[in-house]
Amino acid sequence: MTMEQKTYEVGAHPDLEPPITTVGVIGWVRANLVSTPFNAILTIVSLYLIYISVVPFIEWAFIDAIWEGSSDAVCRNENGGPKPVACWVYIDVWFKFIMYGRYPVEELWRINLAYIIALAAAVPLFIPGFKYKHWIGVFLLFVYPVIAYFLFVGDSFGLPQVETPLWGGMFLTLVIAISGIVASLPIGIVLALGRRSDMPIVKAICIGFIEFWRGIPLITVLFMSSVMFPLFMPEGMNFDKLIRALIGVMLFSSAYMAEVVRGGLQAIPKGQYEAAQSLGLSYWKMMGLIILPQALKLVIPGIVNTFIGLFKDTTLVLIIGLFDLLGAVQATFTNPKWGGFHTTGYVFAAFVFWVFCFSMSRYSQHLEKKLHTGH
Amino acid sequence: MSETALQSQTEMTVSNDAIIQMINVHKWFGQFHVLKDINLTVNKGERIVICGPSGSGKSTLIRCLNRLEEHQKGQIIIEGTELTGDLKHVEQIRREVGMVFQHFNLFPHLTVLENLALAPIWVRKMPRAESEELAMKYLTRVKIPEQAAKYPGQLSGGQQQRVAIARSLCMNPKVMLFDEPTSALDPEMISEVLDVMVNLAESGMTMICVTHEMGFARKIANQVIFMDEGEIIEVNDPENFFNNPQSDRTKLFLSQILAH
Repeated sequence: MTMEQKTYEVGAHPDLEPPITTVGVIGWVRANLVSTPFNAILTIVSLYLIYISVVPFIEWAFIDAIWEGSSDAVCRNENGGPKPVACWVYIDVWFKFIMYGRYPVEELWRINLAYIIALAAAVPLFIPGFKYKHWIGVFLLFVYPVIAYFLFVGDSFGLPQVETPLWGGMFLTLVIAISGIVASLPIGIVLALGRRSDMPIVKAICIGFIEFWRGIPLITVLFMSSVMFPLFMPEGMNFDKLIRALIGVMLFSSAYMAEVVRGGLQAIPKGQYEAAQSLGLSYWKMMGLIILPQALKLVIPGIVNTFIGLFKDTTLVLIIGLFDLLGAVQATFTNPKWGGFHTTGYVFAAFVFWVFCFSMSRYSQHLEKKLHTGH
Repeated sequence: MSETALQSQTEMTVSNDAIIQMINVHKWFGQFHVLKDINLTVNKGERIVICGPSGSGKSTLIRCLNRLEEHQKGQIIIEGTELTGDLKHVEQIRREVGMVFQHFNLFPHLTVLENLALAPIWVRKMPRAESEELAMKYLTRVKIPEQAAKYPGQLSGGQQQRVAIARSLCMNPKVMLFDEPTSALDPEMISEVLDVMVNLAESGMTMICVTHEMGFARKIANQVIFMDEGEIIEVNDPENFFNNPQSDRTKLFLSQILAH
């Protein structure tokens, strides 16, 4: 094949179109799917694997699934065993239990109201250029927890008390995870700063704290908080079990967060500290205005990773008798009438967890992009 | 240069309006004696250029002046306040002493305007609008007002260094320290930064520059200091420093850097 080679005068070469095979859909396929024979084989094998895994799942979860009905009978075959497809009727029947645990049905509006307030407050945070974001932040961090506490616990403002052993399902998961997330970031930041401090005592305390909590499994923390801790308390003194677990989760995740934040602090060049100091900024202003904004931005993936880990670790509270989302799903398995729908239950629980974790992941990527300033 | 000659040099400049006094200052990095018995007085309006081979302690010297480095012996007195471990004094002095770094050290997460207005707002407690006005004034002075809304990462090295100078000026400092301000720049950007510095010198700013820009030293310095191995070897006016250096080490250094 002869290429038509046009010549131009030196200094007058125009910008030409790139060859057709390197751009557009054809270019993308050539470059990414079939660039070499080996890659072409990989592409075919991958497509086949996707086919044999995704198609049966779609059939199980959507096409053959049982969506309508009100009793377990619709999901059972002639012998009384569960049909080998998703039984969404089962989720429908147990939905309230999975979402709210044994929280009294007539009081569920309190939880829903708290959800609505949180969502209504959070929506403007996603509107670019909205002016009063910091006030919403203050509200969500300081006012909202108080409102939520009184709504959930009750026993004041004419609301009947709902004791924490009745709390459960996704509601409990959110309470534990969000408390842990909200507490772990500030505590973690303080610990990380302490660990890098010049003051030996402060430094030693922070290192000791971090290494202690990082060194023990969360199950141990929960177990200690639930079983051992009351033994050390004076007679008659009794903390709520959920509070004890919450504190355990907060301290545990703070230690992890501290190390993530420390990683970010270490990545900030010394010159940033020096520039801030040479302008006369005090330690806390330097940290708050110059160092932490950069360090936290750098470790957004690590922070969100810790959040996601924490969110999923809340399932461990099952061992101290708290029924979170997964615990609630598992509790339904023991109902004699609805036995045998484990797969549907687990898939649903997995899906709910995935939605939350994936949302966090996407939001973190959005933040990273938004905060990128081209350096 | 003999001991007495050196003393007569430093004594010559001692006067009532001294801004900076270093008296018998010593500094060690661990065992390494990096500043040896430094005596230096800087009066208001002086432009001092410090040069010397790398590792001679010249950067350390000016970093001691705003306590980015701590001296272990001797006295440093700035505007009548002695630099000690007292944080209040240190922060007070840092407000009055501006510093420009080799690598600019702009805050990459803030726009140019925010970089400039930050210290006036948070250290001087100036209202935001007023600080931004001040910031624009100094951006105009370094001839890049149009870059105010950009982030440092979007500017060239020369522009970044000019922003860094403007950032220091926004604190209305009494002294400006320059730590090799042009060493990290591409050659074609050096002159735009030096122009700003010459302009600043002409406005009467007291300046101490660590630099290898000998043309700049000749043009604006009223004194050139040569340092080697932690000591001030020679203090001289630029005319004599370049044409009639007193010490052999100065001669050797000058022959090395002016050889090309």
